Amino acid sequence: MRRGTVRAVGAPVVAGVAFLLAWQALVDLQDLPPYILPSPTAILEQLQQNRSDILRTFTASATNAVLGLLAGAVIGLLAGMAAARFRAVDDLVTPLAAAVAAMPIVALAPILDTMFSATSNIPRRIVVALVAFFPIFINTVRGLRQVDPIHAELMRSYAASGWAFTRVVRWPGSLPFVFTGLRVASSLAVIAAVVVEYFGGLQDGLGSRITSAASNTAYARAWAYVVASIALGMLFYAVALVIERLAMPWRSATST
Amino acid sequence: MSEAAVRMADAVADTVLIKEVSKTFTGERGNAVIALQEIDLVVRPGEFVSLIGPSGCGKSTLLRIIADLTEPTAGTVSVFGKSARQARLDQDYGIAFQQAGLLPWRTVSGNIELPLHLHGVGRAERRARARELLELVGLPDFADHRPEQLSGGMQQRVAIARALAERPRLLLMDEPFGALDEMTRERMQAELVRLRRETGAAVVFVTHSIPEAVYLSDRVVVMSPRPGRVSTVIDVPLARRDEDVREAPAFYATVTAVREALRGRPVPAPPAGADLR
Repeated sequence: MRRGTVRAVGAPVVAGVAFLLAWQALVDLQDLPPYILPSPTAILEQLQQNRSDILRTFTASATNAVLGLLAGAVIGLLAGMAAARFRAVDDLVTPLAAAVAAMPIVALAPILDTMFSATSNIPRRIVVALVAFFPIFINTVRGLRQVDPIHAELMRSYAASGWAFTRVVRWPGSLPFVFTGLRVASSLAVIAAVVVEYFGGLQDGLGSRITSAASNTAYARAWAYVVASIALGMLFYAVALVIERLAMPWRSATST
Repeated sequence: MSEAAVRMADAVADTVLIKEVSKTFTGERGNAVIALQEIDLVVRPGEFVSLIGPSGCGKSTLLRIIADLTEPTAGTVSVFGKSARQARLDQDYGIAFQQAGLLPWRTVSGNIELPLHLHGVGRAERRARARELLELVGLPDFADHRPEQLSGGMQQRVAIARALAERPRLLLMDEPFGALDEMTRERMQAELVRLRRETGAAVVFVTHSIPEAVYLSDRVVVMSPRPGRVSTVIDVPLARRDEDVREAPAFYATVTAVREALRGRPVPAPPAGADLR
Protein backbone atom coordinates (compact mmCIF):
# COMPACT_ATOMS: atom_id res chain seq x y z
CA MET A 1 0.00 0.00 0.00
CA ARG A 2 2.69 2.47 1.08
CA ARG A 3 4.95 1.47 -1.77
CA GLY A 4 2.00 1.94 -4.14
CA THR A 5 1.39 5.44 -2.81
CA VAL A 6 5.07 6.38 -3.16
CA ARG A 7 5.03 5.23 -6.75
CA ALA A 8 1.69 6.87 -7.57
CA VAL A 9 2.78 10.25 -6.20
CA GLY A 10 6.53 9.97 -6.81
CA ALA A 11 6.51 9.12 -10.51
CA PRO A 12 4.62 12.21 -11.72
CA VAL A 13 6.62 14.48 -9.37
CA VAL A 14 9.91 13.14 -10.74
CA ALA A 15 8.65 13.54 -14.31
CA GLY A 16 7.45 17.11 -13.58
CA VAL A 17 10.73 18.19 -12.00
CA ALA A 18 12.71 16.66 -14.87
CA PHE A 19 10.49 18.52 -17.32
CA LEU A 20 11.03 21.87 -15.55
CA LEU A 21 14.81 21.33 -15.40
CA ALA A 22 14.90 20.51 -19.11
CA TRP A 23 12.81 23.60 -19.83
CA GLN A 24 15.15 25.82 -17.78
CA ALA A 25 18.22 24.29 -19.48
CA LEU A 26 16.71 24.80 -22.94
CA VAL A 27 15.99 28.48 -22.31
CA ASP A 28 19.42 29.14 -20.73
CA LEU A 29 21.56 27.20 -23.20
CA GLN A 30 19.77 28.34 -26.35
CA ASP A 31 19.40 31.87 -24.95
CA LEU A 32 15.73 31.95 -26.03
CA PRO A 33 14.04 35.36 -25.94
CA PRO A 34 11.10 35.55 -23.45
CA TYR A 35 8.50 36.12 -26.19
CA ILE A 36 9.29 32.64 -27.50
CA LEU A 37 9.56 30.92 -24.13
CA PRO A 38 10.25 32.45 -20.72
CA SER A 39 12.16 30.28 -18.24
CA PRO A 40 10.46 28.61 -15.25
CA THR A 41 12.44 30.78 -12.85
CA ALA A 42 11.24 33.95 -14.61
CA ILE A 43 7.64 32.72 -14.36
CA LEU A 44 8.14 31.87 -10.68
CA GLU A 45 9.47 35.37 -10.07
CA GLN A 46 6.33 36.85 -11.68
CA LEU A 47 4.14 34.60 -9.56
CA GLN A 48 5.75 36.03 -6.43
CA GLN A 49 5.62 39.65 -7.59
CA ASN A 50 1.94 39.48 -8.52
CA ARG A 51 0.84 37.37 -5.56
CA SER A 52 -1.98 39.59 -4.37
CA ASP A 53 -3.40 40.31 -7.83
CA ILE A 54 -3.20 36.62 -8.73
CA LEU A 55 -5.10 35.77 -5.56
CA ARG A 56 -7.76 38.40 -6.34
CA THR A 57 -8.26 37.38 -9.98
CA PHE A 58 -8.08 33.70 -9.04
CA THR A 59 -10.94 34.26 -6.58
CA ALA A 60 -12.98 36.17 -9.16
CA SER A 61 -12.59 33.45 -11.80
CA ALA A 62 -13.22 30.72 -9.25
CA THR A 63 -16.45 32.42 -8.15
CA ASN A 64 -17.66 32.69 -11.75
CA ALA A 65 -16.77 29.08 -12.39
CA VAL A 66 -18.45 27.79 -9.21
CA LEU A 67 -21.70 29.72 -9.66
CA GLY A 68 -21.92 28.92 -13.36
CA LEU A 69 -21.11 25.27 -12.70
CA LEU A 70 -23.74 24.98 -9.96
CA ALA A 71 -26.41 26.54 -12.18
CA GLY A 72 -25.45 24.33 -15.13
CA ALA A 73 -25.33 21.24 -12.93
CA VAL A 74 -28.73 21.81 -11.33
CA ILE A 75 -30.38 22.54 -14.68
CA GLY A 76 -28.57 19.64 -16.37
CA LEU A 77 -29.59 17.25 -13.60
CA LEU A 78 -33.25 18.30 -13.63
CA ALA A 79 -33.42 18.31 -17.43
CA GLY A 80 -31.73 14.90 -17.50
CA MET A 81 -34.20 13.46 -15.01
CA ALA A 82 -37.13 14.85 -16.99
CA ALA A 83 -35.73 13.58 -20.30
CA ALA A 84 -35.11 10.10 -18.88
CA ARG A 85 -38.64 10.00 -17.49
CA PHE A 86 -40.72 11.63 -20.22
CA ARG A 87 -40.32 10.75 -23.87
CA ALA A 88 -41.71 14.12 -25.01
CA VAL A 89 -39.15 16.05 -22.95
CA ASP A 90 -36.40 13.84 -24.38
CA ASP A 91 -37.50 14.55 -27.95
CA LEU A 92 -37.64 18.25 -27.18
CA VAL A 93 -34.50 18.79 -25.10
CA THR A 94 -31.93 16.31 -26.46
CA PRO A 95 -31.56 17.88 -29.94
CA LEU A 96 -31.36 21.32 -28.31
CA ALA A 97 -28.72 20.08 -25.89
CA ALA A 98 -26.75 18.57 -28.77
CA ALA A 99 -26.94 21.92 -30.58
CA VAL A 100 -25.71 23.72 -27.47
CA ALA A 101 -22.82 21.27 -27.18
CA ALA A 102 -21.82 21.74 -30.83
CA MET A 103 -21.83 25.53 -30.47
CA PRO A 104 -18.58 27.28 -29.44
CA ILE A 105 -20.27 28.78 -26.42
CA VAL A 106 -17.60 31.37 -25.64
CA ALA A 107 -18.58 32.87 -28.99
CA LEU A 108 -21.71 34.09 -27.21
CA ALA A 109 -19.61 36.22 -24.85
CA PRO A 110 -19.50 39.47 -26.87
CA ILE A 111 -23.27 39.30 -27.43
CA LEU A 112 -24.01 38.63 -23.77
CA ASP A 113 -21.58 41.38 -22.77
CA THR A 114 -23.61 43.95 -24.70
CA MET A 115 -26.91 42.56 -23.40
CA PHE A 116 -25.85 43.21 -19.80
CA SER A 117 -24.05 46.22 -18.34
CA ALA A 118 -20.23 46.38 -18.47
CA THR A 119 -20.01 45.86 -14.72
CA SER A 120 -22.15 42.73 -14.70
CA ASN A 121 -20.88 39.31 -13.66
CA ILE A 122 -23.85 37.63 -15.33
CA PRO A 123 -22.53 37.12 -18.92
CA ARG A 124 -19.49 35.11 -17.83
CA ARG A 125 -21.57 32.95 -15.49
CA ILE A 126 -24.14 32.26 -18.20
CA VAL A 127 -21.36 31.08 -20.49
CA VAL A 128 -19.98 28.78 -17.79
CA ALA A 129 -23.45 27.41 -17.00
CA LEU A 130 -24.12 26.63 -20.67
CA VAL A 131 -20.76 24.88 -21.01
CA ALA A 132 -21.31 22.84 -17.82
CA PHE A 133 -24.89 21.90 -18.67
CA PHE A 134 -24.25 19.49 -21.51
CA PRO A 135 -21.96 16.82 -20.00
CA ILE A 136 -24.13 16.67 -16.89
CA PHE A 137 -27.35 16.44 -18.87
CA ILE A 138 -26.10 13.71 -21.22
CA ASN A 139 -24.54 11.62 -18.46
CA THR A 140 -27.60 11.93 -16.22
CA VAL A 141 -29.86 10.68 -19.02
CA ARG A 142 -27.47 7.83 -19.81
CA GLY A 143 -27.10 6.88 -16.14
CA LEU A 144 -30.85 6.85 -15.51
CA ARG A 145 -31.50 4.83 -18.67
CA GLN A 146 -29.04 2.04 -18.06
CA VAL A 147 -30.32 -0.41 -15.49
CA ASP A 148 -28.89 -3.89 -14.95
CA PRO A 149 -31.60 -6.20 -16.40
CA ILE A 150 -31.24 -8.48 -13.35
CA HIS A 151 -32.06 -5.58 -11.04
CA ALA A 152 -35.09 -4.79 -13.18
CA GLU A 153 -36.32 -8.40 -13.04
CA LEU A 154 -35.66 -8.59 -9.33
CA MET A 155 -37.69 -5.45 -8.66
CA ARG A 156 -40.48 -6.80 -10.84
CA SER A 157 -40.46 -10.05 -8.87
CA TYR A 158 -40.83 -7.93 -5.71
CA ALA A 159 -43.82 -6.21 -7.33
CA ALA A 160 -42.04 -2.92 -6.55
CA SER A 161 -43.74 0.33 -7.57
CA GLY A 162 -42.23 2.58 -10.22
CA TRP A 163 -41.27 5.09 -7.56
CA ALA A 164 -39.58 2.45 -5.39
CA PHE A 165 -37.67 1.26 -8.45
CA THR A 166 -36.50 4.80 -9.21
CA ARG A 167 -35.43 5.42 -5.62
CA VAL A 168 -33.82 2.06 -4.86
CA VAL A 169 -32.25 1.14 -8.20
CA ARG A 170 -32.35 3.90 -10.80
CA TRP A 171 -30.99 6.85 -8.83
CA PRO A 172 -28.11 5.16 -7.04
CA GLY A 173 -27.23 3.33 -10.27
CA SER A 174 -26.99 6.61 -12.18
CA LEU A 175 -24.56 8.26 -9.73
CA PRO A 176 -21.33 7.04 -11.38
CA PHE A 177 -22.52 8.56 -14.65
CA VAL A 178 -23.67 11.80 -13.07
CA PHE A 179 -20.33 12.25 -11.34
CA THR A 180 -18.41 11.53 -14.52
CA GLY A 181 -20.47 14.36 -16.03
CA LEU A 182 -19.70 16.60 -13.07
CA ARG A 183 -15.96 15.94 -13.35
CA VAL A 184 -15.93 16.79 -17.05
CA ALA A 185 -18.14 19.83 -16.43
CA SER A 186 -15.92 21.13 -13.63
CA SER A 187 -12.89 21.22 -15.94
CA LEU A 188 -14.86 22.81 -18.74
CA ALA A 189 -16.28 25.39 -16.32
CA VAL A 190 -12.80 26.62 -15.39
CA ILE A 191 -11.71 26.80 -19.02
CA ALA A 192 -14.85 28.74 -19.90
CA ALA A 193 -14.52 31.10 -16.92
CA VAL A 194 -10.94 32.01 -17.91
CA VAL A 195 -11.28 32.13 -21.69
CA VAL A 196 -14.57 34.09 -21.73
CA GLU A 197 -12.68 37.20 -20.57
CA TYR A 198 -10.59 37.17 -23.74
CA PHE A 199 -13.68 38.52 -25.49
CA GLY A 200 -14.31 41.55 -23.30
CA GLY A 201 -16.81 42.13 -20.54
CA LEU A 202 -15.87 42.69 -16.92
CA GLN A 203 -12.08 42.31 -16.56
CA ASP A 204 -11.36 41.12 -13.04
CA GLY A 205 -10.42 37.46 -13.58
CA LEU A 206 -7.40 35.44 -14.65
CA GLY A 207 -8.27 35.58 -18.35
CA SER A 208 -8.15 39.37 -18.51
CA ARG A 209 -4.65 39.40 -16.94
CA ILE A 210 -3.34 36.84 -19.44
CA THR A 211 -4.49 38.91 -22.44
CA SER A 212 -3.30 42.22 -21.03
CA ALA A 213 0.13 40.84 -20.02
CA ALA A 214 0.57 39.24 -23.45
CA SER A 215 -0.39 42.44 -25.28
CA ASN A 216 2.13 44.36 -23.11
CA THR A 217 4.88 41.88 -24.07
CA ALA A 218 5.11 40.78 -20.40
CA TYR A 219 5.31 37.14 -21.38
CA ALA A 220 6.59 35.73 -18.11
CA ARG A 221 3.71 37.47 -16.32
CA ALA A 222 1.19 36.05 -18.80
CA TRP A 223 2.62 32.61 -18.06
CA ALA A 224 2.32 33.24 -14.32
CA TYR A 225 -1.45 33.76 -14.75
CA VAL A 226 -1.63 30.71 -16.99
CA VAL A 227 -0.04 28.71 -14.14
CA ALA A 228 -2.68 30.08 -11.77
CA SER A 229 -5.40 29.02 -14.25
CA ILE A 230 -3.96 25.52 -14.35
CA ALA A 231 -4.01 25.42 -10.55
CA LEU A 232 -7.67 26.53 -10.59
CA GLY A 233 -8.56 23.77 -13.06
CA MET A 234 -6.80 21.16 -10.94
CA LEU A 235 -8.51 22.40 -7.80
CA PHE A 236 -11.94 22.05 -9.39
CA TYR A 237 -11.16 18.58 -10.66
CA ALA A 238 -9.88 17.48 -7.26
CA VAL A 239 -12.95 18.83 -5.44
CA ALA A 240 -15.25 17.06 -7.91
CA LEU A 241 -13.30 13.85 -7.31
CA VAL A 242 -13.57 14.16 -3.52
CA ILE A 243 -17.33 14.78 -3.70
CA GLU A 244 -17.64 11.73 -5.96
CA ARG A 245 -15.78 9.54 -3.46
CA LEU A 246 -17.89 10.80 -0.57
CA ALA A 247 -21.15 10.26 -2.45
CA MET A 248 -20.26 6.74 -3.57
CA PRO A 249 -18.38 5.00 -0.75
CA TRP A 250 -19.07 1.62 -2.34
CA ARG A 251 -16.84 2.57 -5.26
CA SER A 252 -13.86 3.90 -3.33
CA ALA A 253 -13.82 0.71 -1.25
CA THR A 254 -12.34 -1.25 -4.14
CA SER A 255 -10.85 1.27 -6.58
CA THR A 256 -7.33 2.63 -5.83
CA MET B 1 -68.13 -20.00 -10.42
CA SER B 2 -66.48 -20.04 -13.83
CA GLU B 3 -64.80 -23.09 -15.23
CA ALA B 4 -61.39 -21.47 -14.79
CA ALA B 5 -62.09 -20.74 -11.15
CA VAL B 6 -63.04 -24.35 -10.54
CA ARG B 7 -59.79 -25.47 -12.11
CA MET B 8 -57.90 -23.01 -9.92
CA ALA B 9 -59.60 -24.31 -6.80
CA ASP B 10 -58.67 -27.89 -7.72
CA ALA B 11 -55.07 -26.84 -8.04
CA VAL B 12 -54.69 -25.56 -4.49
CA ALA B 13 -52.91 -28.73 -3.44
CA ASP B 14 -50.15 -28.11 -5.98
CA THR B 15 -47.41 -25.53 -5.59
CA VAL B 16 -47.08 -25.03 -9.32
CA LEU B 17 -49.50 -26.32 -11.94
CA ILE B 18 -48.72 -25.72 -15.60
CA LYS B 19 -51.18 -26.82 -18.28
CA GLU B 20 -50.52 -26.75 -22.01
CA VAL B 21 -48.30 -23.71 -21.78
CA SER B 22 -46.82 -22.42 -25.02
CA LYS B 23 -44.65 -19.40 -25.64
CA THR B 24 -43.89 -17.90 -29.02
CA PHE B 25 -41.41 -15.08 -29.48
CA THR B 26 -41.37 -12.86 -32.51
CA GLY B 27 -37.89 -12.97 -34.00
CA GLU B 28 -35.91 -10.06 -35.42
CA ARG B 29 -37.35 -10.42 -38.90
CA GLY B 30 -40.88 -10.91 -37.67
CA ASN B 31 -40.69 -14.70 -37.89
CA ALA B 32 -42.16 -16.64 -34.98
CA VAL B 33 -39.85 -18.64 -32.73
CA ILE B 34 -41.57 -21.32 -30.65
CA ALA B 35 -39.77 -21.27 -27.29
CA LEU B 36 -42.18 -23.61 -25.50
CA GLN B 37 -44.80 -25.95 -26.89
CA GLU B 38 -47.64 -27.38 -24.80
CA ILE B 39 -45.80 -27.88 -21.53
CA ASP B 40 -47.50 -29.70 -18.65
CA LEU B 41 -45.79 -29.71 -15.27
CA VAL B 42 -46.80 -30.13 -11.64
CA VAL B 43 -44.65 -29.21 -8.64
CA ARG B 44 -45.98 -30.46 -5.31
CA PRO B 45 -45.39 -28.79 -1.96
CA GLY B 46 -41.80 -29.22 -0.78
CA GLU B 47 -40.74 -30.93 -3.98
CA PHE B 48 -37.43 -30.19 -5.71
CA VAL B 49 -37.80 -30.19 -9.50
CA SER B 50 -34.95 -29.48 -11.91
CA LEU B 51 -35.40 -28.31 -15.49
CA ILE B 52 -32.52 -29.49 -17.64
CA GLY B 53 -31.84 -29.32 -21.35
CA PRO B 54 -29.58 -27.80 -24.02
CA SER B 55 -29.53 -24.06 -24.72
CA GLY B 56 -32.71 -22.93 -26.42
CA CYS B 57 -34.96 -25.58 -24.88
CA GLY B 58 -36.91 -22.88 -23.06
CA LYS B 59 -36.11 -23.97 -19.50
CA SER B 60 -35.35 -20.41 -18.36
CA THR B 61 -38.43 -19.14 -20.18
CA LEU B 62 -40.56 -21.68 -18.33
CA LEU B 63 -39.11 -20.53 -14.99
CA ARG B 64 -39.75 -16.91 -15.93
CA ILE B 65 -43.35 -17.77 -16.79
CA ILE B 66 -43.84 -19.31 -13.32
CA ALA B 67 -42.33 -16.12 -11.84
CA ASP B 68 -44.61 -13.95 -14.00
CA LEU B 69 -41.58 -12.19 -15.44
CA THR B 70 -42.92 -13.10 -18.87
CA GLU B 71 -46.35 -14.27 -20.01
CA PRO B 72 -47.23 -17.48 -21.86
CA THR B 73 -48.78 -17.19 -25.31
CA ALA B 74 -51.21 -19.98 -24.47
CA GLY B 75 -52.08 -22.28 -21.56
CA THR B 76 -52.62 -21.74 -17.84
CA VAL B 77 -50.19 -21.34 -14.98
CA SER B 78 -51.21 -21.47 -11.37
CA VAL B 79 -48.96 -20.95 -8.39
CA PHE B 80 -50.43 -21.92 -5.00
CA GLY B 81 -53.80 -22.05 -6.75
CA LYS B 82 -53.59 -18.43 -7.89
CA SER B 83 -52.62 -16.89 -11.19
CA ALA B 84 -48.86 -16.43 -11.58
CA ARG B 85 -49.39 -12.68 -11.51
CA GLN B 86 -51.28 -12.79 -8.23
CA ALA B 87 -48.62 -15.08 -6.74
CA ARG B 88 -45.97 -12.53 -7.71
CA LEU B 89 -47.97 -9.65 -6.26
CA ASP B 90 -48.45 -11.69 -3.07
CA GLN B 91 -44.71 -12.44 -2.92
CA ASP B 92 -45.30 -16.18 -2.83
CA TYR B 93 -41.92 -17.08 -4.29
CA GLY B 94 -38.27 -16.15 -3.85
CA ILE B 95 -36.04 -15.98 -6.90
CA ALA B 96 -32.31 -16.25 -7.64
CA PHE B 97 -30.53 -15.87 -10.97
CA GLN B 98 -27.18 -16.93 -12.42
CA GLN B 99 -25.77 -13.53 -11.49
CA ALA B 100 -26.22 -12.64 -7.87
CA GLY B 101 -27.54 -9.22 -8.95
CA LEU B 102 -26.75 -7.56 -5.63
CA LEU B 103 -27.07 -3.78 -5.48
CA PRO B 104 -23.45 -2.57 -5.14
CA TRP B 105 -24.46 0.53 -3.15
CA ARG B 106 -26.07 -1.51 -0.40
CA THR B 107 -24.28 -3.57 2.21
CA VAL B 108 -24.71 -7.33 2.30
CA SER B 109 -27.32 -6.93 5.02
CA GLY B 110 -29.00 -4.12 3.05
CA ASN B 111 -29.28 -6.40 0.05
CA ILE B 112 -30.89 -9.20 2.03
CA GLU B 113 -33.26 -6.69 3.60
CA LEU B 114 -34.24 -5.25 0.21
CA PRO B 115 -37.48 -7.23 -0.33
CA LEU B 116 -38.48 -6.69 3.32
CA HIS B 117 -37.71 -2.98 3.01
CA LEU B 118 -39.83 -2.70 -0.14
CA HIS B 119 -42.72 -4.38 1.60
CA GLY B 120 -42.69 -2.13 4.60
CA VAL B 121 -41.06 -4.31 7.26
CA GLY B 122 -39.58 -2.21 10.07
CA ARG B 123 -35.85 -1.63 10.41
CA ALA B 124 -35.22 -3.69 13.55
CA GLU B 125 -37.16 -6.67 12.26
CA ARG B 126 -35.40 -6.48 8.89
CA ARG B 127 -32.03 -6.35 10.53
CA ALA B 128 -32.84 -9.34 12.74
CA ARG B 129 -34.10 -11.39 9.79
CA ALA B 130 -30.98 -10.55 7.75
CA ARG B 131 -28.76 -11.68 10.65
CA GLU B 132 -30.70 -14.94 10.86
CA LEU B 133 -30.35 -15.53 7.11
CA LEU B 134 -26.64 -14.71 7.08
CA GLU B 135 -26.24 -17.33 9.78
CA LEU B 136 -28.21 -19.77 7.64
CA VAL B 137 -26.04 -19.27 4.55
CA GLY B 138 -22.82 -19.32 6.55
CA LEU B 139 -21.83 -15.64 6.32
CA PRO B 140 -22.53 -14.36 9.85
CA ASP B 141 -19.60 -11.90 9.85
CA PHE B 142 -20.30 -10.18 6.55
CA ALA B 143 -23.41 -8.11 7.28
CA ASP B 144 -21.71 -4.76 6.77
CA HIS B 145 -19.46 -5.71 3.87
CA ARG B 146 -19.99 -4.37 0.38
CA PRO B 147 -20.96 -6.94 -2.28
CA GLU B 148 -17.76 -6.21 -4.23
CA GLN B 149 -15.68 -7.36 -1.27
CA LEU B 150 -17.19 -10.85 -1.56
CA SER B 151 -16.21 -13.74 -3.83
CA GLY B 152 -18.65 -14.99 -6.47
CA GLY B 153 -19.75 -17.91 -4.30
CA MET B 154 -20.32 -15.65 -1.30
CA GLN B 155 -22.32 -13.20 -3.42
CA GLN B 156 -24.49 -16.06 -4.61
CA ARG B 157 -25.13 -17.11 -1.00
CA VAL B 158 -26.25 -13.56 -0.26
CA ALA B 159 -28.59 -13.73 -3.27
CA ILE B 160 -30.05 -16.98 -1.95
CA ALA B 161 -30.46 -15.48 1.52
CA ARG B 162 -32.29 -12.56 -0.13
CA ALA B 163 -34.56 -15.01 -1.97
CA LEU B 164 -35.40 -16.65 1.38
CA ALA B 165 -36.00 -13.35 3.19
CA GLU B 166 -39.79 -13.52 3.12
CA ARG B 167 -39.97 -17.24 3.95
CA PRO B 168 -41.42 -18.23 0.56
CA ARG B 169 -42.90 -21.72 0.12
CA LEU B 170 -41.45 -21.73 -3.40
CA LEU B 171 -37.93 -20.97 -4.59
CA LEU B 172 -37.26 -20.30 -8.27
CA MET B 173 -33.60 -20.65 -9.25
CA ASP B 174 -32.20 -19.98 -12.72
CA GLU B 175 -28.75 -21.58 -12.90
CA PRO B 176 -27.73 -20.01 -9.60
CA PHE B 177 -24.40 -21.89 -9.50
CA GLY B 178 -23.67 -21.64 -13.23
CA ALA B 179 -20.92 -19.04 -12.83
CA LEU B 180 -19.11 -20.80 -9.97
CA ASP B 181 -16.09 -23.10 -10.09
CA GLU B 182 -16.67 -26.82 -9.57
CA MET B 183 -15.50 -26.96 -5.92
CA THR B 184 -17.60 -24.00 -4.84
CA ARG B 185 -20.46 -25.38 -6.84
CA GLU B 186 -20.54 -28.72 -5.03
CA ARG B 187 -20.32 -26.99 -1.67
CA MET B 188 -23.21 -24.68 -2.64
CA GLN B 189 -25.27 -27.67 -3.75
CA ALA B 190 -24.78 -29.31 -0.35
CA GLU B 191 -25.80 -26.01 1.28
CA LEU B 192 -28.92 -25.85 -0.85
CA VAL B 193 -29.91 -29.38 0.19
CA ARG B 194 -29.58 -28.31 3.82
CA LEU B 195 -31.47 -25.02 3.26
CA ARG B 196 -34.28 -26.83 1.58
CA ARG B 197 -34.49 -29.35 4.42
CA GLU B 198 -34.61 -26.52 6.96
CA THR B 199 -37.14 -24.36 5.10
CA GLY B 200 -39.29 -27.06 3.52
CA ALA B 201 -39.78 -24.89 0.44
CA ALA B 202 -40.50 -26.34 -3.00
CA VAL B 203 -37.79 -25.54 -5.54
CA VAL B 204 -37.84 -25.17 -9.32
CA PHE B 205 -34.23 -25.25 -10.42
CA VAL B 206 -32.89 -24.57 -13.93
CA THR B 207 -29.50 -26.08 -14.70
CA HIS B 208 -27.14 -27.28 -17.44
CA SER B 209 -25.41 -29.78 -15.20
CA ILE B 210 -26.61 -33.38 -15.07
CA PRO B 211 -24.92 -34.36 -11.75
CA GLU B 212 -26.20 -31.13 -10.18
CA ALA B 213 -29.77 -31.88 -11.25
CA VAL B 214 -29.59 -35.49 -9.99
CA TYR B 215 -27.92 -34.59 -6.70
CA LEU B 216 -30.47 -31.91 -5.83
CA SER B 217 -33.77 -33.09 -7.25
CA ASP B 218 -36.70 -35.32 -6.48
CA ARG B 219 -37.55 -35.20 -10.17
CA VAL B 220 -35.56 -34.13 -13.22
CA VAL B 221 -37.55 -32.68 -16.11
CA VAL B 222 -35.58 -33.22 -19.33
CA MET B 223 -36.39 -30.73 -22.08
CA SER B 224 -35.53 -30.67 -25.77
CA PRO B 225 -35.16 -27.65 -28.05
CA ARG B 226 -36.84 -26.31 -31.21
CA PRO B 227 -39.60 -26.31 -30.18
CA GLY B 228 -39.01 -26.40 -26.43
CA ARG B 229 -40.91 -29.29 -24.88
CA VAL B 230 -40.68 -31.79 -22.06
CA SER B 231 -39.15 -34.99 -23.43
CA THR B 232 -38.90 -37.10 -20.23
CA VAL B 233 -39.41 -36.78 -16.51
CA ILE B 234 -37.04 -38.88 -14.42
CA ASP B 235 -37.60 -39.67 -10.73
CA VAL B 236 -34.48 -39.63 -8.60
CA PRO B 237 -34.47 -42.65 -6.26
CA LEU B 238 -32.06 -41.26 -3.66
CA ALA B 239 -33.05 -41.36 0.01
CA ARG B 240 -30.21 -39.27 1.43
CA ARG B 241 -28.29 -36.31 -0.01
CA ASP B 242 -24.85 -36.32 1.53
CA GLU B 243 -21.45 -36.25 -0.13
CA ASP B 244 -21.33 -40.08 -0.34
CA VAL B 245 -24.40 -40.06 -2.55
CA ARG B 246 -22.29 -38.60 -5.36
CA GLU B 247 -20.45 -41.92 -5.56
CA ALA B 248 -23.45 -44.25 -5.06
CA PRO B 249 -24.50 -46.62 -7.89
CA ALA B 250 -28.06 -45.25 -7.85
CA PHE B 251 -26.63 -41.74 -8.42
CA TYR B 252 -24.60 -42.91 -11.43
CA ALA B 253 -27.53 -44.85 -12.84
CA THR B 254 -29.76 -41.76 -12.66
CA VAL B 255 -27.06 -39.54 -14.18
CA THR B 256 -26.82 -42.02 -17.06
CA ALA B 257 -30.60 -42.09 -17.48
CA VAL B 258 -30.74 -38.28 -17.66
CA ARG B 259 -27.82 -38.20 -20.09
CA GLU B 260 -29.50 -40.67 -22.41
CA ALA B 261 -32.76 -38.80 -22.19
CA LEU B 262 -30.89 -35.62 -23.19
CA ARG B 263 -29.43 -37.38 -26.23
CA GLY B 264 -32.93 -38.43 -27.21
CA ARG B 265 -31.98 -42.14 -27.33
CA PRO B 266 -29.22 -44.47 -26.16
CA VAL B 267 -26.18 -44.06 -28.42
CA PRO B 268 -25.45 -47.36 -30.19
CA ALA B 269 -21.90 -48.68 -29.92
CA PRO B 270 -19.98 -48.53 -33.22
CA PRO B 271 -20.09 -51.93 -35.00
CA ALA B 272 -16.89 -53.96 -34.78
CA GLY B 273 -14.48 -53.37 -37.63
CA ALA B 274 -16.26 -50.22 -38.75
CA ASP B 275 -14.20 -47.57 -40.49
CA LEU B 276 -13.81 -44.86 -37.87
CA ARG B 277 -11.82 -42.34 -39.92
